Order: sequence, then structure tokens, then C-alpha cells
Amino acid sequence: MSSGKHLKGVHVNHSKNTAGMPIIPMPVPERVYIPMSMHIGAPCQPVVAKGDHVKVGQLIGDCDKPVSAPIHSSVSGDVESIEQFMTQNGRVDTNIVIKTDGKQEIAETVVPPVINSREDFIKAVRASGLVGLGGASFPMSIKYNTKPGQVDTLILNGAECEPYITVDHAAMLAYAQDMVDGMRTIMKWLDIPRGIIGIESNKPDAIAKFNEILAGSTDISVCTLRQVYPQGAERVIIYECTGRHLIAGKLPADVGCIVSNVTSVLKLQQFLTTGMPLTTKFLTVDGNIVAKPQNVEVPIGTMICDLIEHCGGLTGEVKKILLGGPMMGRAIPRDDFAILKSNNAVLCFDEKFAAQRKETACINCGRCVAGCPMNLMPARLSRAFKDKDIDALREYNVMSCMDCGCCAYSCPARKQLNFEIKQAKTLVMEDDKKKKAKAEAAAAKEAAKAAEAEAAKAAAEAKEGGNK
Amino acid sequence: MADKHTNLIVSAAPHVCNPTDTATIMRDVVIALIPALAVSTYVFGIRAILMTVICAAACVFFEWASRKIMHRENTIGDWSAIVTGVILAFNLPVGMPFWMAIIGCFVAIVVVKQIFGGLGQNFANPAIVGRIALFIGFATPMTTWSVTKNMSQAIINNAGVDAVTGATPLAMWNAGAELPSNLEMFLGTINGSLGEVSALALLIGGIYLVVRKVISPAIPCAFIGTVAVLSLIMGFDPIFQVCAGGVMLGAIFMATDYVTSPITTSGRIIFGIGCGIITMLIRAYASYPEGVSFAILLMNILTPHIDSITRSKLNGVEKKGAKK
Repeated sequence: MSSGKHLKGVHVNHSKNTAGMPIIPMPVPERVYIPMSMHIGAPCQPVVAKGDHVKVGQLIGDCDKPVSAPIHSSVSGDVESIEQFMTQNGRVDTNIVIKTDGKQEIAETVVPPVINSREDFIKAVRASGLVGLGGASFPMSIKYNTKPGQVDTLILNGAECEPYITVDHAAMLAYAQDMVDGMRTIMKWLDIPRGIIGIESNKPDAIAKFNEILAGSTDISVCTLRQVYPQGAERVIIYECTGRHLIAGKLPADVGCIVSNVTSVLKLQQFLTTGMPLTTKFLTVDGNIVAKPQNVEVPIGTMICDLIEHCGGLTGEVKKILLGGPMMGRAIPRDDFAILKSNNAVLCFDEKFAAQRKETACINCGRCVAGCPMNLMPARLSRAFKDKDIDALREYNVMSCMDCGCCAYSCPARKQLNFEIKQAKTLVMEDDKKKKAKAEAAAAKEAAKAAEAEAAKAAAEAKEGGNK
Repeated sequence: MADKHTNLIVSAAPHVCNPTDTATIMRDVVIALIPALAVSTYVFGIRAILMTVICAAACVFFEWASRKIMHRENTIGDWSAIVTGVILAFNLPVGMPFWMAIIGCFVAIVVVKQIFGGLGQNFANPAIVGRIALFIGFATPMTTWSVTKNMSQAIINNAGVDAVTGATPLAMWNAGAELPSNLEMFLGTINGSLGEVSALALLIGGIYLVVRKVISPAIPCAFIGTVAVLSLIMGFDPIFQVCAGGVMLGAIFMATDYVTSPITTSGRIIFGIGCGIITMLIRAYASYPEGVSFAILLMNILTPHIDSITRSKLNGVEKKGAKK
């Protein structure tokens, strides 16, 4: 399917220490803290009040704006308070604090949705509360709401190219059949003729499992991806599976694709068959000081420190905690934050890993250029950023950077190239805004002038008419 | 709630990096130069090692001193000064007075590198400019070639009675004299600058650098290939032209200097071809017998322009104007 050509990338040390470990559910913590903004788009408003009793799967937050995803309780218990405090995203958000009762009663509303049409299906996807679970947290109902006939390929993303994380791999081994069923459901309602499951070649057992399930079927195939980071990036997996280039600023649907993470499709299938919306997350807990690294199923809203304690606590002094993998994951300042829908790993490290590397001069070696999947020139962009040269930034396509980190990973001068490029993108966007405002102001001025001239002309004509 | 951990380190992703850094790259270059140094010690005696060590030490000293005077951070830990020193020594005749070599080191490190801002900022290869400065400033010592221990009969026949000095193969070729065999040229039992005599030893170093992914083979292949092809076209012996003079040393170790060569593969190929063409033009038509260092210097100056015409294109975008 792919043309034999590949996008560039870097070889990273996989460190998949938890490979082969099954996903074990974590006991419910004493309290969960569920923020109202776990997706890209408008935040939800609480639909429960302090003192309300809630059950697992019950709707607790919703929003009438189109780009959003409803939020459900992950536990049964009582709403202790609704408070404002900072979440892991660094934003102050409304949080629903629920004191759990440990019974985990399931809400009466949890019944499989009835679907008779494409519209019903999109509605059901929204009701599931699902967002892209690969980390983007884009509401799934928006992603799936494409124009009929626009999309011809559904890509299931099982690349899991980040080091350490093995939870998608574990999920694929445990729920391959459900994932295939989920794909077929999506393909049926969205009228997509072709399905491709992209899996990196370091997971041969998962590939074999899917091949076994798919033996003899023609609608879905498995695409074995190379062990090159970042195979799981949307633009990369689309190219590797279909040979189509997704250019910055376009959506996958523009090139006829929908890309979904394996667990997103699994959770959707589970919602369609049981009615249970997204209330738990599969997570890899690892890092060089975690006592018992493992794959866990965690209720959304669980505090990260509770999760770490569940995994045996820490064996050393923690200096860095990452949410996500070491290539694109975010370092958090403290660990009393709640797990959100988009998290897929919690990695804890000590001083040895966290030590800051000293930046030296760029020696123009070209490793960043050789590693960039988007074919950019990160060293050149870094220079343009330092010079605040917006024209050069545009000329060297700064907006096409997807922040995968291959450039900074391979830089022998330890420059934080993708971080600089990220800031450079902000510069360009601000400049765009300024230019737009200027153009609008100029247009408005022009329009006012024209109107004035028109008025003068009309007045003159009227005068003329009056004179006659 | 379990015990909290606060005051964690927050930094931008990625949180891991490739173990290769600038110092390991430079160290690999020094390792790759060792076979050539071994051959020249065998050919010219212990003075070859002495010259190399003195140049490396002088370069490190000048780097340290100039950074100190300019109140800049000390950078001798990145090994780049050592590389410059060794390569400069390789470009000198073994009998060159040490004080002249040290002046070359001063030009290379202080004038070419540090005054422009240090590593990564110089527009020309420091060792090459150091060599050219010496070549112009001290023309006689720079072209006085001491006789090798196993000088071939051909050299003695042609270079005459002087038992201390002899001509390089290129000088002999320029003068139309009888030349050493291609095997002698390849192994390096010939006369010439300290480090450039053995094509074989330099090739071993080059292969090491390619295997270690320190250099890409684009520049050396384009450079050496162009020299060979042009030799054939001009009617010269390509093996002799490739093994003689500084082509191997220049193509593998000097033209591949990251700072002064293009960043993209297509740019590097253009750069290598340009070096090859200028080298052969100087050898065939100019009054100097050797043109490698001038060729590389000229292409160093063109590097920013090559970089700007060989910008990498965005994936999936055919023409420049077609984006978005």
C-alpha cells in the first residue's frame, strides 16, 4: 500500500519494560477529582450539585457547544464539592470531587444506544464521552462527523511508538476481536470501505493476533510499521498506511482518512454494546523508580499520587514525572493532579534521568534535518526564531512542525529545537493575527471611504435633482 | 490521598536524547585520524607524532586563551580544537619548523574560529585557512619535503642528489617526471604532507566515520568521484589523482566539516562536486601543483548559497507556491 518510501524519523531506545503485562484494574480510590475540561473545545458545566449521589457512568458534566464531549462519573459515591483548582494542563478548572462509596453501582442510564442511522451513530459517539485517546483529546464525535463519501480509509493506530508505553499493546492482545468489531461498526455507519490497522513491528504478537482474526477478510488489513519514531503520529501513520501526505492545516478527512487510536475504538465498541461511557483509562506506570511498573485500568479523576502508591510507591527521590512518553510527554510540577481522558502513561524518574543537559553551539551537523519526518530544517528555524525573522520562519515552513521532538532528540548540541519551533509558531500566529487585523482595518477604512463617496454622490445627485 | 510529591523538574519534551553529543563526534574524528598518523610515523619517523601533538596542544591553548580573554565560556571540552590541530598538522610537511606550525594554529583557532564567534560560527574550515596562511607566508618550508625512509627509486632518480629533501608525487607530475606506482600511492610510502600520504589509512578512518554515522558519505564520494571522472576526461590516471596530494584527507576529513559544509544531502553532493572540479582545474591549469585546500575554501564560502538553493522541500507539496 505504501509506496516503499518512508518518512524520516529517529531510532529511540524502546525501554518497554512493561511489555507483556496485562492491564489490571486499580481499586477505586477514596476520592476522585473530575475536571470539566478534558477535551479540546468548550468546557462542560456540572449537571450535578454538591451532596448528589452519583453512580458509575452517570452524566455529571455536559455542554451544548458542538466541540465538546460529555463527562461521566467514574465511581459511585457522593459529590463532596465542586471546586476551582488547577489541573494537569496548568489551567484552573471546575472540578467535581466525588467521595467514593466503594460499591461501584452502575447508573440506570447505562444502556446500549439504539442506532438506526449515521446521525444516531454520531450522536452515540458523542454520548460515549470519547475523545482521541492517543493524547490529542479531540472530541471523537467531531472527528467522525465527516461528509458522506469524504473518507475511504479508517486507520487504527496501534503504533505505540513512544518508549516505555505498552498499554496499547496490552489492550490489542486482550481485546483484538472487540477492536475489529468496533472498526466494522464505524465502517458500516460512516460508509468507509477500507480499514487498516497500523502496528509497529516490535509487537509481532499483536500483528499475528490481528492477522489470525482477519484471516480471509478483505475489508480490513494489518500494516506493519517500521520501528522508527514517530510512526504513531497522525501524519506519519497516514503516509505509511496509504501513501498520502497530510499537510499542516488540513484534517485527515481531507485526504480521505480517519485515524483512531486502538483504545478509542475499543472503548467505543464497548459503549455501543454495553452503554458504559468512557470512565476508565488504560495507563502504563513505569520509570526507573517505580517499585512495581505495570499496566493499570484507572478510574478517570484518580490522583496521580494515589496511582503511584497503588504501583508500590517510589524507590528513590522523584525529580521528574511525565504524563505520556519521554518523546512528547509533559513534565508536571507536582503529582496531586487527576488522571484525565487523554493520559496514557505516568512515568516517574529520579535525578539521573531528570538532569538537565547543557546546550552548546550548533555545529550544523544536519542530524535534525535527517531526522525530521516533515522534512523541515530545524536548525535553520531555530536560527530564524532567535533572529525573530518571521519571513524566514514562514519560508522554512515553521507551521508544518508537529512537535514530535526528533530534532531535539538527535541534536548533539542538546538544543531544544522543537521547543524553540513551538515558540516560533506562536510568533507567526501572532503576526498572522496582526496582519489580519491590519487588513481588516484597511478594508473597513476603504469601505467607509467608498460609503462616504457614495453618500456624497447621492447628495450631489439629490441636489442636482432639486435644482431641476 | 497518598503522599504528594512537589517541586518536580518541568522541562520541554523530548525528555530523552541520543547519547551522541558534540564531544563524542569530535572524539570519533580524532580516532579516525589515528591510522593515518600511524602510517606517517612509519614513513617519516617520530617527528610526525611530535608535530601532531604540538599542533593539537597549541590549538587547545589558543582556544582556551582566546575564550578566556573574550570572557566566554571555556569550550576546550568539546574536542574541536584538538581536531583542528591534528588536521592542520596533517597538512604540513614533517620537517616544518614547529614555531611556524604554531603560527598556523593561531590563525586557525584565533583568527578563523574564535573571532567569528567560536565553534559553529566560522565560515571557513580553520585548519584549511591555517594551512593556506602558512603556505603563503612560508612558501619555502611549506614545500620542502623531507625524504621518506623508504623513498622509492623513482623519487631519487628524479629529485636528484639532495638526500634530505624530495619532491611530492604531484610536484613530480607537474614537472612531468617519472611517478611512483599506484600501489605505492595507495599505501602511502610516498612523499607529501604529514597526514595525507596514505590513501588506505585515510580510507579506513573515513569508513569508521561513516559506520559511526559521524559523516555522511555524500561529500567524500562526490569529491573523490568528481576528481576521478575529471581525470579520465582530462586524460590523467584517476587512481594517481585520487591518491596524490590532499584529495583523500580533504574529502574525508576537511570537506566534511559540518560547520562549513551544506546541511542537506543534495547540498553536500553539489559541494563535493564543486570541490572536485576546482581541485582538478587547479592541478591541470594553475601554477600550484595542488588545489585541494583552495577548492575546499572556495566551496566553504559558497556553502550558505548552496544551503539556500538546496532547502529541503515540504512533504507532499510539489511547488514552493503551492503550500496550504
